[in-house]
Amino acid sequence: MLTDINTILFYVFAALVLGGGILTVTRRNAVHSAISLIVSLLGVAGLYLLQQAEFLFAVQIVLYVGGIMLLFLFVIMLVNLDLAAHQRQFNKQWLVALAAVAAVGAGVGYFLYRGKDAFHFAEGGAGLPPGLGNTEAIADSLFSEYLLPFEIASVLLLVAVVGSVVMAKKRI
Amino acid sequence: MSASFGFNAADLIRFLPETILTVMGTLLMVLDPILHRRGSHAFGHLSIAALVAAIGGAVYAYTQAGPAFGGMLMVDGFATFFRVLVLVVGILTILPSYRFLARQDAETSEYHALLIFSIAGQCLMAAANDLIIVFIGLEISSIASYVLAGYFRDDKRSNEAALKYFLLGSFATAFFLYGVALIYGATGSVNLTAARAVISGQGPGGPAPAPVFIGVAAALMFVGLGFKVSAAPFQIWAPDVYQGAPTPVAAFLSAGPKAATFAVFLRIFMTMFEPIGSGWEPLVWFSALLSMTIGNFAALMQTNIKRMLAYSSIAHAGYVLVALTARSQVGTAAAMFYLAAYALMNIGAFAAVSHLSGRGERYQNIEDFSGLGQKQPLTAAMLSIFLLSLIGVPLTGGFFGKFYIFKAALESHLVWLTVLGLLNSAVAAYYYLRMLVMMYMHEPGEAVENAEPLSLGLRAALILPALGTLLLGIFPTWVLEFAGKSAALVK
Amino acid sequence: MPESYTDLYFPVLVQALVAMGLAAGLLTASFLLGKRVRNRVKDIPYESGITPTGDARQRFSVKFYLVAMLFILFDIEAIFLYPWVVVYRELKMFAFVEMLVFAILILSGFFYMWKKGALDWAEPDRSRRKL
Repeated sequence: MLTDINTILFYVFAALVLGGGILTVTRRNAVHSAISLIVSLLGVAGLYLLQQAEFLFAVQIVLYVGGIMLLFLFVIMLVNLDLAAHQRQFNKQWLVALAAVAAVGAGVGYFLYRGKDAFHFAEGGAGLPPGLGNTEAIADSLFSEYLLPFEIASVLLLVAVVGSVVMAKKRI
Repeated sequence: MSASFGFNAADLIRFLPETILTVMGTLLMVLDPILHRRGSHAFGHLSIAALVAAIGGAVYAYTQAGPAFGGMLMVDGFATFFRVLVLVVGILTILPSYRFLARQDAETSEYHALLIFSIAGQCLMAAANDLIIVFIGLEISSIASYVLAGYFRDDKRSNEAALKYFLLGSFATAFFLYGVALIYGATGSVNLTAARAVISGQGPGGPAPAPVFIGVAAALMFVGLGFKVSAAPFQIWAPDVYQGAPTPVAAFLSAGPKAATFAVFLRIFMTMFEPIGSGWEPLVWFSALLSMTIGNFAALMQTNIKRMLAYSSIAHAGYVLVALTARSQVGTAAAMFYLAAYALMNIGAFAAVSHLSGRGERYQNIEDFSGLGQKQPLTAAMLSIFLLSLIGVPLTGGFFGKFYIFKAALESHLVWLTVLGLLNSAVAAYYYLRMLVMMYMHEPGEAVENAEPLSLGLRAALILPALGTLLLGIFPTWVLEFAGKSAALVK
Repeated sequence: MPESYTDLYFPVLVQALVAMGLAAGLLTASFLLGKRVRNRVKDIPYESGITPTGDARQRFSVKFYLVAMLFILFDIEAIFLYPWVVVYRELKMFAFVEMLVFAILILSGFFYMWKKGALDWAEPDRSRRKL
């Protein structure tokens, strides 16, 4: 019974991801695309939750839906939308897109056909010590094993700050 | 709970160059709004001091060689070689920048801070032994480069360069990440050493995963890295970006990120993907040939010197890929030697271009160099050394670089690739020689008449790489022995 | 005590369903039962508020972008603080120093932006040269 709920939820979230994604690339209005992308990102968040990755679920919502999409919308608003809507659009490459989708689909199909044993699939939440949540597990490896990537990520953020000031500020 | 946290003093020493650069980069960034000093040389001096200190740090780190931070970094001879190389490239970028930025009225600390951060990322790439570190290093280096390419914000060409570089570069990075995800899925690890063990069937998880998935991962990573080194067929961006970017930045892009990405390239393909080498060899073979051919034949038709050097840099990426195709320790050593020689001669040639370009970078055409030999014999002589080295004339570093690469290719029985590569270098001689003819056999034009006398920084930026090029051409064994010793990546 | 993960989140699922059902139900109800009036006054966004002037889709100033960038920066730092808090008791000084290094680097970015005047809405005349 429970696995049924999980399966149903998986398909609901997957539909959100795919539907949002398709809307994102097909909408003519950039704001609509951005809103569709939010739907897609929320679907991904749901999939994380199904995988018992609660921390990633929270990160996905706070950072992507909250932060990155805000930035996206601001960037869209920097553009003169009325003008942009009348310009030639480059998202009309249906044939190329279909070919690409077919190629990737064939790849995924081949993977499902013979490769699923080649990957280390784990059940959601597997490997977690009992009584320990996903956040603790992530924290444990982030601040011990992966401390170097964690620290240098701040350098990446610094570069982004300097870069955005150089690019966007009126006078530097 | 895993108890494998913590690090010791040796880890910190092995991470010394990056630490120095990060601290100095942050200092540069924070000092600017405090000091309110624009157009001063202080920031340049500080950056050079940082880079020299980091070279010292890299050498000191080598005395404590070994893995750091649980195998995430591998500080060996290979890493040290590329660390020192990108640091030297950094110094040679800043030296001509003094005059160049002053002329465009654009000396800010941001320029230097971004440059230092970018080099920090490249040092990280040189030492990375973990795909996560590779990725973060690549991103630090790339994002700083995107901004530097668009540093002249009021110049449309510079804007175009930044936008193209950014959009295509992010796209390429996504490919690389897909490759990383596949590797993690197939091997359960992002550490190169651990992933290699699984791929070669010696991992704890039993038999090796199906080679087709590892092959797809290798192909995806090849796309991402191939873009960054401007190897064909992912080279389209290079001419536009090099032309639009400020000349010292173009010089930097053609040497620093390229050398660091090749370091990653060699380390990933010669360690992790080495067990499936026969699978990716045709791919690299094809890309090497295509890069050489497209680069050299397109360069023949250019009138803009920066575009010509961009196509030439595509061709040179092709030569290095020939060394990778050889799939041997000799090949890796040849690639290391070649990258050192290439970085020096290319950055020197760009320094001459930035000297002559004038305010607003007006003079970028090959004709603008006519008569340089009469008016400024020193600049012309140094530029001649770089051009001769780019052709591969004996007594220059370029000659031995090509020699070792094709020797390694022949040892691995890549006869056809060697023959086609040699034919390519013959074609390349034409467009470099055209520059020489222009400099020495034509009357001085407007650009040369208006050229300023060489400043101290430019003088150093021309003479130092020229000396390096000649040194590599006359005493190649010093560098080659070190490269040969440290080219054994599988330990 | 919920025995499985799905049990644990079952109330959340129920709440989400109730929320969606409520929204859908209210909209349907007002659609079915509501009186439909269409005139010019009804089309004005706020019947008793300020009449809008101009188009809402104007171009925004690029300053918003800088603020958004700063927001992301601290968003990321805040996100890293959550797992940090969870292990702080266990790693003690080690975790403290780790986060200190991270925070100093991020704060120097903030300091730079602030001192640079990226947050000043009206550009003060600082007699600086233009790039």
